[in-house]
Amino acid sequence: MLQMRADLLAFLRTYFAEQSVMEVDPPLLATTSVTDINIESISAQAMGQSCFLQTSPEFFMKRLLASGAGDIYCLGKVFREAEQGSRHNPEFTLLEWYRLDWDEFQLISEVENLVIGAYQSIQNIQIPVSRINYGDCFEQILGIDPHRAKLSALQSLAEEKGYPQWGSETRANCLDLLFTELVEPHLSKGLVTVYDYPACQAALAQTYEDAKGRLVSRRFESFLNGIELANGYFELTDAEQQLQRFQQDIEQRQQTNRPAMSIDAKLDQAMQQGLPSCSGVALGVDRLLMQLSDAQSINEVLAFPWDRC
Amino acid sequence: MGNYSTNEFRSGLKVMLDGDPCSILDNEFVKPGKGQAFNRVKLRNLKTGRVLEKTFKSGESLEGADVLDMDMQYLYEDGDFWYFMEPDTFEQHQATETAVGDAKLWLKEQDTCMVTLYNGSPLSVTPPIHVELEIAETDPGLRGDTAQGGSKPARLVTGATVKVPLFLDQGDVIKVDTRTAEYQGRAKD
Repeated sequence: MLQMRADLLAFLRTYFAEQSVMEVDPPLLATTSVTDINIESISAQAMGQSCFLQTSPEFFMKRLLASGAGDIYCLGKVFREAEQGSRHNPEFTLLEWYRLDWDEFQLISEVENLVIGAYQSIQNIQIPVSRINYGDCFEQILGIDPHRAKLSALQSLAEEKGYPQWGSETRANCLDLLFTELVEPHLSKGLVTVYDYPACQAALAQTYEDAKGRLVSRRFESFLNGIELANGYFELTDAEQQLQRFQQDIEQRQQTNRPAMSIDAKLDQAMQQGLPSCSGVALGVDRLLMQLSDAQSINEVLAFPWDRC
Repeated sequence: MGNYSTNEFRSGLKVMLDGDPCSILDNEFVKPGKGQAFNRVKLRNLKTGRVLEKTFKSGESLEGADVLDMDMQYLYEDGDFWYFMEPDTFEQHQATETAVGDAKLWLKEQDTCMVTLYNGSPLSVTPPIHVELEIAETDPGLRGDTAQGGSKPARLVTGATVKVPLFLDQGDVIKVDTRTAEYQGRAKD
């Protein structure tokens, strides 16, 4: 397993070197971190200040992009509090990269090529890839348009399907539950990329009106044999809008008694100077390794899982 | 009994769900990268024995169930209740027919059973894995026919029916695996 991990890391670095994407290694320890309502940062003390271990290299990478770094990738560790299970470890390896002037579909193609390449290089097997529109697969399985359905309809559907505690949940949480529990199990084998996520789950992706006139986000997720592997955006570059989304997160954190997080002012400054048009994606390397080795638990692909640290 | 949060759900933990005591069999942490965390939990209802799956939001909690497994000696039954005794305190417990369930087919006086107590009363009884019981009734034995490997039904003194080799007779004591109701051999005396 150690060898397979080493081979995979080498494969990834070679791939990006050949593509002329530059490796960067931004800090793991910083005074601010994400405001995202569902991601908790691990706190630390350094230099007499309270700070956080980073949950992803996104903010530092965006500061680099704004200062003209060009196409960049980061292959390193990130940390997330209270995430442990057969597919989660509080410290894990993330591959994140950005492509200037690409839209999300060009980036999806690259994710597909990269995963196909990893399988060929490490297992010498071919895996099938496919793409599906979020709204289409949701509606196909649950019979309801996730973008247009009223919140109350989503809540009743959750209750009806055996999840009474979601009867008064937010739109994003209802959609997440329904998608994860009832749609994901139907995704095909191989690599499936779901695109056009609901606008309420845009995170830091741009939004647009789709062909059916629904507001959707330019966000995608790739699933490998039904397991969430990567999450990408055609990146929001509007500093004003991004600030608004951070403010919303902060308010929601307050309402739900989650730890307060402040806005990363240095990121905001960089965004105001101008983030170039780009798409970015983060891919769980341990999850890819799990699939490459047929592991049932993430602990099997980690030399030192959290229980042994 | 305290409350247990989803991150404390471990296999074997006894909790209350919809008014019934349950034992947790499995707890899977699920979290979409940008979504809310939840837990898929498998539980066994200790009253019905049924296994159910339920999804909880991470951080939800359940009340602990006052459930205790204890080894006790089986004493006797009086038609309504089955009586068990704690070996240390000699305290006696009466179990209903529902609580005893299929275990009654294997209960021999003075054998040690596992009694699951819920709020102090027997909820279920697990017989010993191997019991030695006398054959109450079976077709006459065919002496010398030990190699044929044929079998016949035999009713034991407790009421259970077990398939036994042809050479065994009424009054013979045999060893039985209570999990499968299979004949294991003649008891050595």
